[in-house]
Amino acid sequence: MRPAFTLRKARFIALCLLPGVVFVVLFTYYPMIRGMVIAFQRYNLFDITSTPFVGLENFRAVLAEDRFWTALRNTGTWVAVSLFFQFFLGFGLALLLRRHFRGRGLYQAWVFFPWAMSGFLIGLLWRWMFNGQFGVINDLLLRTGIIDQRIGFLATPGWAMTSVIVANVWYGVTFFAIMIMAALQSVPKELYEAADVDGASKLRQFWHVTLPHIRPTLALIVLLRIIWILNFPDLIYSMTGGGPAGSTDIITTFLIQQVIGGDYGRGGAVGLLILGLLLAFSVFYMNATRFEKAR
Amino acid sequence: MRRALKVIVLGVWLLITLFPLYWIIVTSLKPKAEIFTLPIKYWPGNVTFEHYADLFSFADFGAYLLNSLLVSLVAAAGVTVIGVLGGYTLARFSFPGRGALMLAFLVTQMLPLFIALGPLYLLMSDLDLLNRLAGLMLVYVAMLVPFSTIIMRGFYERVPVALEEAAQVDGASRIVAMVRVVIPVMLPGIAATFIFAFVQCWNELFLAITFIDSEDAKTIPVAMNSFITQYDIDWGSMAAATVVSVLPTLVLFAAIRRYIVEGLTAGAVKG
Repeated sequence: MRPAFTLRKARFIALCLLPGVVFVVLFTYYPMIRGMVIAFQRYNLFDITSTPFVGLENFRAVLAEDRFWTALRNTGTWVAVSLFFQFFLGFGLALLLRRHFRGRGLYQAWVFFPWAMSGFLIGLLWRWMFNGQFGVINDLLLRTGIIDQRIGFLATPGWAMTSVIVANVWYGVTFFAIMIMAALQSVPKELYEAADVDGASKLRQFWHVTLPHIRPTLALIVLLRIIWILNFPDLIYSMTGGGPAGSTDIITTFLIQQVIGGDYGRGGAVGLLILGLLLAFSVFYMNATRFEKAR
Repeated sequence: MRRALKVIVLGVWLLITLFPLYWIIVTSLKPKAEIFTLPIKYWPGNVTFEHYADLFSFADFGAYLLNSLLVSLVAAAGVTVIGVLGGYTLARFSFPGRGALMLAFLVTQMLPLFIALGPLYLLMSDLDLLNRLAGLMLVYVAMLVPFSTIIMRGFYERVPVALEEAAQVDGASRIVAMVRVVIPVMLPGIAATFIFAFVQCWNELFLAITFIDSEDAKTIPVAMNSFITQYDIDWGSMAAATVVSVLPTLVLFAAIRRYIVEGLTAGAVKG
């Protein structure tokens, strides 16, 4: 039983929460809201003498840019293809690691290592491996006879996107493996025992016991992951910088370019567009998955 | 047969996971001539530490390391304390606005932080905190408060309330009960939170390159970023810098492996 609410207790709660709230309000919410306001201002860092409100001018300017639309399309490819491979490879890995075997702990520790690296470093690592001349990937593909000529992976538009996605998949599989393993462990053993008694095959057990049980968790993991991949410009930033010719630009690298270029007005506009997109997608997604559950 | 297949698949995946690490280490140990030579050597002909030495003699890598260490330690310590306090109240009390507060914290984890990047720069400039490690520390604390509070709340909820109630019956005040009884039980969780926060700060790039451009306040990611904006990347030094900056995080993450699922669920949402 929780005791009644008293003034003393209220003071204690307030004191404990105050530091965190102050930090978040001052350094997260305030700049975030200012960023939304700036979206409607002409605000360039190199000319801040006049910052008039200009209505939707920034939005119009952004939407008129080809690079924005390219970035938007690329975002779709980047998120969908990365997610697809991360999810299925991660699921496979989770199933393989599900039962205890000797050395499993050690194996997990090693396989987990990409997670300790920053997106920035991962981008660098793969930039070097995908190097068109001295890159080890070209060398391996040549030696195995898969290609007979070096490919300028990061200098060719289609290949550049493939390369950043390969790096992203490499990074993200472990995340899914670990989350899905946790979800699998949450399935009560009795359910399998009952299914065994009924003589259900392993495949049927997976389909009719495991999957329905972990589906809500999976839906949530996937949503979080989509948002995360979208908000993850670090790897692309260091691997290709969005190039060549904007072919690996995603919407968040596009936003960062606006900010680094000093055009905070347009940066704000892009930010708000991303926000709207995320919100719309999340609502749509949650409705869609709830619909699934009800069926 | 199936067992063999499983071993092979797991082995191949391990190889794919570890190869990039292996490759960056090998690159960092090759003399420059060997890095840019064909055919590629999978093992350095002459092992050299010249790239590591260069980092510390040409680039001021020692200073960057120290900056990174200082910023990450202070910010992680600060945010852990805030998480210990905030998580406790969220786990143990119900009060008006509790749900709203949790939501407000969670929302920050889903939003692209980059919307705030420009205005944060202006704020830092107004507060005279540009090019100063203190500024970076403050922003990092703010960035990690929601994560640390939410993850600590989860850890508290696993400690039975009866434990502190017993101490309070014995006459200890709430704070004393918290410090004496609850915190010791939670120490591993607190350490894990600290380490997660530390690694996030250690790796953070975009805030740092926005606020810092003076030599003496650069953190490692900022310094490495200025290597890549040059036309020709010196891959030897780059590889050595990567190894140096990734080693501490590898060791720390290995130490908190048990907590990684919690960290991911609370931090899955990290932006």
